[in-house]
Amino acid sequence: MAKKIKEINWDYAPSLESTSHIEVKEKYELFIDGKFVKPSSGNYFNTVNPATNEVLSSIAYANEKDVDNAVKAARKAYNEVWSKLSGKERGKYIYRIARLMQERARELAVIETLDAGKTIRESRDIDIPLACNHFFYYAGWADKLEYAFPNRKVESLGVAGQIIPWNFPLLMAAWKIAPALAAGNTVVLKPAETTSLTAMKLAEIIRDSGLPAGVVNIVTGYGDTGAAIVNHEDINKVAFTGSTAVGKIIQKAIAGTGKKATLELGGKSANIIMDDAPIDQAVEGIINGIFFNQGHVCCAGSRLFVQEGVADVVIKKLKRRMDSLIIGNPLDKNTDVGAINSKEQLDTINKYIKIGINEGAEMYQASCEIPKNGYFCPPTIFTGVAQSSTIAQEEIFGPVLTIQTFRTVDEVIQKANNSPFGLAAGVWSDKGSRVFNLTSKLNAGVVWANTYNKFDPASPFGGFKESGYGREGGMHGLSAYVKLK
Amino acid sequence: MERLEILKTYKIYIGGKFPRTESGRYYSPKNPKGELLGNICLSSRKDVRNAVVAARKAYGDWSERADFNRSQILYRIAEMLEGRKAQFIDELIVQGVSQKAAKQEVELTIDRLVYYAGWCDKYKQIQSSVNPVSSSHFNFSVQEPTGIVGIIADANSSLIGLVSSIAPVIAGGNTCVVLASEKLPLCAITFAEVINSSDVPGGVVNILTGKRTELISPLTTHMDVNAIFYSGKETEIIKELEESGALNLKRIHSYDEDWNKESSQNLYFITDFQELKTTWHPIENVGGASSSY
Amino acid sequence: MQDKKKMSNYLIPDFTLSPRIDKVGVEERVARFQTRSIKSESKMQALKMALNMIDLTTLEGKDTPNKVRQMCYKAMHLHDVYDGLPTVAAVCVYPSMVGVAKKEVINSTVKVASVSTAFPSGQAPLEVKLIDTKFAVEEGADEIDMVISRGKFLSGEYNFVFDEIAAVKEACGKARLKVILETGELVTLDNVRKASDIAMYAGADFIKTSTGKIQPAATMQVTYTMLEAIRDFNDATGIQIGMKPAGGISNSKLALHNLVMVKEVLGNDWLTNEWFRFGASSLANDVLMQILKAETGVYQSSNYFSID
Repeated sequence: MAKKIKEINWDYAPSLESTSHIEVKEKYELFIDGKFVKPSSGNYFNTVNPATNEVLSSIAYANEKDVDNAVKAARKAYNEVWSKLSGKERGKYIYRIARLMQERARELAVIETLDAGKTIRESRDIDIPLACNHFFYYAGWADKLEYAFPNRKVESLGVAGQIIPWNFPLLMAAWKIAPALAAGNTVVLKPAETTSLTAMKLAEIIRDSGLPAGVVNIVTGYGDTGAAIVNHEDINKVAFTGSTAVGKIIQKAIAGTGKKATLELGGKSANIIMDDAPIDQAVEGIINGIFFNQGHVCCAGSRLFVQEGVADVVIKKLKRRMDSLIIGNPLDKNTDVGAINSKEQLDTINKYIKIGINEGAEMYQASCEIPKNGYFCPPTIFTGVAQSSTIAQEEIFGPVLTIQTFRTVDEVIQKANNSPFGLAAGVWSDKGSRVFNLTSKLNAGVVWANTYNKFDPASPFGGFKESGYGREGGMHGLSAYVKLK
Repeated sequence: MERLEILKTYKIYIGGKFPRTESGRYYSPKNPKGELLGNICLSSRKDVRNAVVAARKAYGDWSERADFNRSQILYRIAEMLEGRKAQFIDELIVQGVSQKAAKQEVELTIDRLVYYAGWCDKYKQIQSSVNPVSSSHFNFSVQEPTGIVGIIADANSSLIGLVSSIAPVIAGGNTCVVLASEKLPLCAITFAEVINSSDVPGGVVNILTGKRTELISPLTTHMDVNAIFYSGKETEIIKELEESGALNLKRIHSYDEDWNKESSQNLYFITDFQELKTTWHPIENVGGASSSY
Repeated sequence: MQDKKKMSNYLIPDFTLSPRIDKVGVEERVARFQTRSIKSESKMQALKMALNMIDLTTLEGKDTPNKVRQMCYKAMHLHDVYDGLPTVAAVCVYPSMVGVAKKEVINSTVKVASVSTAFPSGQAPLEVKLIDTKFAVEEGADEIDMVISRGKFLSGEYNFVFDEIAAVKEACGKARLKVILETGELVTLDNVRKASDIAMYAGADFIKTSTGKIQPAATMQVTYTMLEAIRDFNDATGIQIGMKPAGGISNSKLALHNLVMVKEVLGNDWLTNEWFRFGASSLANDVLMQILKAETGVYQSSNYFSID
């Protein structure tokens, strides 16, 4: 190395997204039958900013009675208004919601970041635009349903009960509500207890859009609120995104009731780097695969498989790239990795990190500074992991990657498929025939070749095996909300 | 002197072979006139297990065959069935179906096989999609078979219900373990013989006879069975299927269909047992070149 | 220092096996650099850094000694009404103007860079290219900006390209060699990567995107690809190579994005004009206007900034 003339130290100054135009109320009520109503129990719970542990607002806690009111409102709206409306008119309402969301996109992004801990870069550039686009995409389907199901008459199901997770709060609400409305159903939606705010903002938008009262109802609360929706006898359809364990409980709970279900559950997706891969882009794909949204992604590429010939160079580059990640205040436009969504989730992640260490795997963590307040976890990788290691089998739902090496294509296909999950997979290779061999043999609902963690309203998403059933997005996402005659 | 007829021993069909049940048990169903249909294998949990193992073993080859090849094989089944029409008509009559209805049922069964044979290499063209995503990626979705399908065949028909369930499932590249009608089991085993002589690889279709009360549970709790095709409307059974299916999130599909109707066949019986896979790949746009080439 | 590096004992790789580049992935990576928000003191620091990295350039058929002298003055006196500004890194001229330029900047830190090897096309025999180079060095050039033979490269004659660079390097003597790939003619990023590898292994001290005569020039995708090549070469040999995007970087925002990219791919070690340059003529004034805007709080007009 040449001798340095002078030591240069250039760092990015804080660049915080403004919160001055954001209104977060002290208290949020339930959105039932087009109105904001107090919970019948009178109970509220706090929602906090996980990056600072500050209370943002208190949220109404819906019980069975509130859920019953919401379902009744949804049923009434279904019977009296929504099921009688033409597809064309339904579509226009949904377009209107999409537009209102676009107008308030920055506000929604900031609130999402405050409430969920995700970086403003992601909520601004990914979550919110995708959520708006999802409504816009499905709006256009409302009067074209018969084209999606050749030779069949299409009917709506009735009232859909929808339960969404905390990792992409508004986006998941869009994934659930938009196709349900387009297909002619009415909705009772429950956001996750740690991330209710953007759902309530969406409720305001829906009210402003003039959507008939009761077509969309949003009830906030914990798991028991969700259970009340699932078990309500007047629900025709349950759509759930969350853990596989809860998904199984839901399937059991609705067994024999005739309720239709779609379940979008957990994963432990393999990201496979062949020795002819475009290495630098693959490294970026690994980073994006596991550290996107702090690894709170059901399809996260959490199991990395690297062909032995390039393993050393890939791991070296990966570590270097990890060190260049900026972790910190999610509101800072330069932050790459934000806060873990909750203390509970941070505890779970740390538990798995401990297990990994105890299992003898070698850990490397990004050499970044971690904020003192709030819930943070540095990007973490484990090498020397075996297929039988716990951390390579169970979903961690955090920024923790396991790395295994392999020698041949057949070996990696077998290892990648050797899992009860089947949500997603990644393949990196410069050779077309090899790419398609892998993409066709991997048991996964979404396969990203030479890319990772890409989403689009037109692209169906959902899993094989214990990652659930049904698809969200695209033409195929409609079938979750129709019956065919 | 009248010739002594050779009676048929009804066995079960696992992995392309015709064993008796490993349990050695049998039952003796009778037709509506009270005549003995035969000593039919009373399959056990272990037979279910063996059948699932055989189905899994056959799955890789069957699911990866060219769709056109599967189409030809399904057509071959129809050809074989056509050749043994008389035998099936006789069996149906023995099991209480009128001569006319029996002939109709066998012919409809043959036609149904031809119908699904034709779908093998077409359903993906209809049901797949190229998805116009906004980023610079080629994105397409196409069906893949779900895996191993447990089929609980129609209890009230011996042949048409059985074949109406098997055909769409294997047309889509799945392999299956079939529980035949408990009270009308004869055609199921004879149909297995047809399959066995139709270029269908061993293990793609496995057929068991016996008591549903014994066999449904090991089949629907089996962690290596991916989906259930239930032909019937007994709510207790549906509840059990959906409950125990939750163990590994089986796809449970129940159909209350009269399979004797010409219209009881369609594309969606195939796609219910398909998983949709979406694949992304970047599209390079060299040097900003556009359509003005 | 650097000129002894070719004695090292690393292996010359097979350039047909240079790493593959996925362009869409590169575009996504580059988009991430572009979302970096550089504010307040780090912006000021970066703007001054950028000024100090500029190779102020005039490469025209109509260049005259007077034109060159005026540019050299500007190089040393960017905006004298404002204190504490650095000079640019170098002036970049044709060989015939090296003597003129050298005389002007002799008492400053500004270096003289000369294009050579039948710039910009490179369509001349090796002997001519060597004479061209030696002439510039003898006239006092501190740095030589050569062009590679793109035709030969695209015909797959990688050994020819390699040998030519090595020969020019030898002719440079103590002058540092910048190798211009002319990426706009190489078209694909795979080619950019391959050409970068050839240039570095053949003896380049710097690799440079473009002559400025061909579009597209220094796109961020191309520069990123070359920075990764520099990183890999450094990993393989321990040798530090400089980078010079040239052409198309006309405003401060683009310059800042480039600095972000250098920092995040190569690290702070490359953030000096010894290892990073901007080949540009109009960038300087835009950076100056940004600096003055930050200082005074009001938007600036080009009427107040000298054009030489």
